[in-house]
Amino acid sequence: MKHLLRRLRAELFATRADAALSLVLISLISLGAIGFLRWAFTQAQWAVVKVNSTLFAVGRYPVEQQWRLWLLTALLIAASGATWGLIRAHPRPDRTGVLWPRNDRLAVVLLSLIALALPLALDLSLAIAGRWWGLTVLLVVCRWLAGRFGARLSPAGQRLAALVWPVLYLVGMVLISGGLGLVTVSPSEWGGLMLTLLASSFAILLCFPIGVLLALGRRSDLPLLRWGSVLYIEFIRGAPLITLLFLGQNILGFLLPGGLAPDRIWRAAWVLTFFAAAYLAEAVRSGLAAVPRGQLEAARSLGLSYPKALQHVVLPQALRVALPAIVGQFISLLQDTTLLSLIGLLELLGTARTVMANPAFLGRNGEVYLTLALLFWGCCAALGLGSRALERRLDPHALPSAT
Amino acid sequence: MFWNRTRSLGVSLLAAGLLAGCAGEDGGVQSQKLSTITGRGKLICGVEGKLPGFSFVGPDGKYLGLDVDVCKAVAAAVLGDPEKVEYRDLNSSERFAALASGEVDLLSRNTTMTLSRDAAGGNGLSFGPTTFYDGQGVLVPVASGIKDLKGLAGKPICVESGTTTELNLADRMREQNIPYTPLKFQTSDQTFAAYLGDRCVAVTSDRSQLAGKRTSFPNPDAHILLPVVMSKEPLTPATINGDPAWADAVRWIVYGLMQAEESGITQANVDAKLAEAKANTNQADLRRFLGVEGDFGKQLGLPPDFVVKAVKAAGNYGEIFDRNVGPASALKLDRGLNRQWKDGGLIYSPPFR
Repeated sequence: MKHLLRRLRAELFATRADAALSLVLISLISLGAIGFLRWAFTQAQWAVVKVNSTLFAVGRYPVEQQWRLWLLTALLIAASGATWGLIRAHPRPDRTGVLWPRNDRLAVVLLSLIALALPLALDLSLAIAGRWWGLTVLLVVCRWLAGRFGARLSPAGQRLAALVWPVLYLVGMVLISGGLGLVTVSPSEWGGLMLTLLASSFAILLCFPIGVLLALGRRSDLPLLRWGSVLYIEFIRGAPLITLLFLGQNILGFLLPGGLAPDRIWRAAWVLTFFAAAYLAEAVRSGLAAVPRGQLEAARSLGLSYPKALQHVVLPQALRVALPAIVGQFISLLQDTTLLSLIGLLELLGTARTVMANPAFLGRNGEVYLTLALLFWGCCAALGLGSRALERRLDPHALPSAT
Repeated sequence: MFWNRTRSLGVSLLAAGLLAGCAGEDGGVQSQKLSTITGRGKLICGVEGKLPGFSFVGPDGKYLGLDVDVCKAVAAAVLGDPEKVEYRDLNSSERFAALASGEVDLLSRNTTMTLSRDAAGGNGLSFGPTTFYDGQGVLVPVASGIKDLKGLAGKPICVESGTTTELNLADRMREQNIPYTPLKFQTSDQTFAAYLGDRCVAVTSDRSQLAGKRTSFPNPDAHILLPVVMSKEPLTPATINGDPAWADAVRWIVYGLMQAEESGITQANVDAKLAEAKANTNQADLRRFLGVEGDFGKQLGLPPDFVVKAVKAAGNYGEIFDRNVGPASALKLDRGLNRQWKDGGLIYSPPFR
């Protein structure tokens, strides 16, 4: 306590001017906070979020098929828990090998609190709230099991375990869209957070390889390849995303005979992919430029073929340098999906706008936009956290940290 | 201009192709679109998707609204099931392209009918009957005691800048030689915030907009829409030019909804009326209208009882109006121009003969 007071004094009230500035700022901030809290707890009518929570989560997905999304969520959560545990069970140089570091314990407590409180705050039925509680337990159990027994996994087993994610992505696609014996759910009925995550994950996964190839193409000695890459990158970067989205939606219908053009959701996802790939290529190129030429020459003189040298020597260093820029690109890609609402898709922002058009909830814009902001912040924060963890893991100079 | 010309060329080529393709079939109605829709098993309907009272998604994921009910009535009449509709949210810049490229079969998206949109050299649409006569209105506080435009003389009026609304206001006020002070704002939200903040005594916009915004006011009953209508905005469903049989089908399905109201046929009593028509051979008009006798349905390429199906799915025009934008909704618009012609409105179905 005394320590805290001393620190406050040193940081906020060291001189007269500091004290005055601090007082003004603190009172301004607390005024704002009080005003916000008063609005949130007395004036805001949260019914609009409670009643439409399913719409925000999955859009118009048919109710009788929603078990598929629950199954997918359970699979994703189990895989996340297992991955989390395995990472702790197989410490890298930056880890101390502690199975339950303080941050992890904190995360479990926080997640449990959110899982307990959120369904109650949203007035979800007991059946739905129970599912969320079950999913939280599943996460912790998988995390515990993988941490406890994961160390026994052989290196080959570890490589196999990493394959779970791509397989899960394909399984998820089938679960969402149907096929293989499941009832088909037309993409026009996808929406909400699900569509936002689907479109952005699709674009993120595919734009990465395309972007790397474009970056390599731009640095290639073959003129056709080089000029092709330059032309593509400069064309895409020269056009606003919304223009490309409109092109994809409206012109494809004219060019291709009816029925041949892919569904508008996939058209939009591909446009997002090709758009992000051009920017990603430039981020990767900056990484490639940061790797000294000597590295490639050394690798080549050791007898590695050009592709091998790229794969094992140049790209790992280049991507590590470019990682912050790449993740920044991913985060802005996630936020760019809001543009899909302008071409009539019901992703998060589109859902929000149609909810605000319901005469029963007219004028509830503040509540809806605040919810949207929290959801987006959650997704972007997760991406940011993931990238920082990855950066630490890839950092060759990292020392075992204290926690 | 070049774009328009190539597009209309493309459309007419397409139409020529369709006609050639249909020429072989014998008897009945030749409509590529109708057979596409029945073959596909669902109607693709372009809607706005985010417009209070006209089209939006309810908490259970179902589309609702006046424009949506038109889609449902058409789907019920053509396919026998009002749920066999795929809705497509379209913004104002892509709506005509979506219709022209065949992405949607029907545009029921609060679209104002105008010459250039109808003309073959323009957007080349084919408009059905107007389903909502909107127009620019004026909202004032009840306490101000203002009854007409003259009452606004010398007073500040809030208006969104850069819109036709602003120009219409200027035109009407100049015609009647009424001086006023326009307070212009960039967005609709700012405009209404200024009005509620007492910076002006009136705010002007489309009447359906004003009614929608009013429901979100702290005290909606303290504000009143003046009876004056300053512009014509006939909101009308449209199909693409080049398939007259399909356009006729849509036209008469919508007229069917209007005629049903005039004939006193509602969603609740349509079955009873049908039984009555079947039992009583003297009710010639009713029998023809409900498809008990005659071949109106066949002439249009629709089932004989298409009116029954449409009314059962969505209700008659009056019911659709009341439920979505009228007294039974939060918008509480009065019928105004949208009354039946017998009550002095513009809703008028030509005879079903």
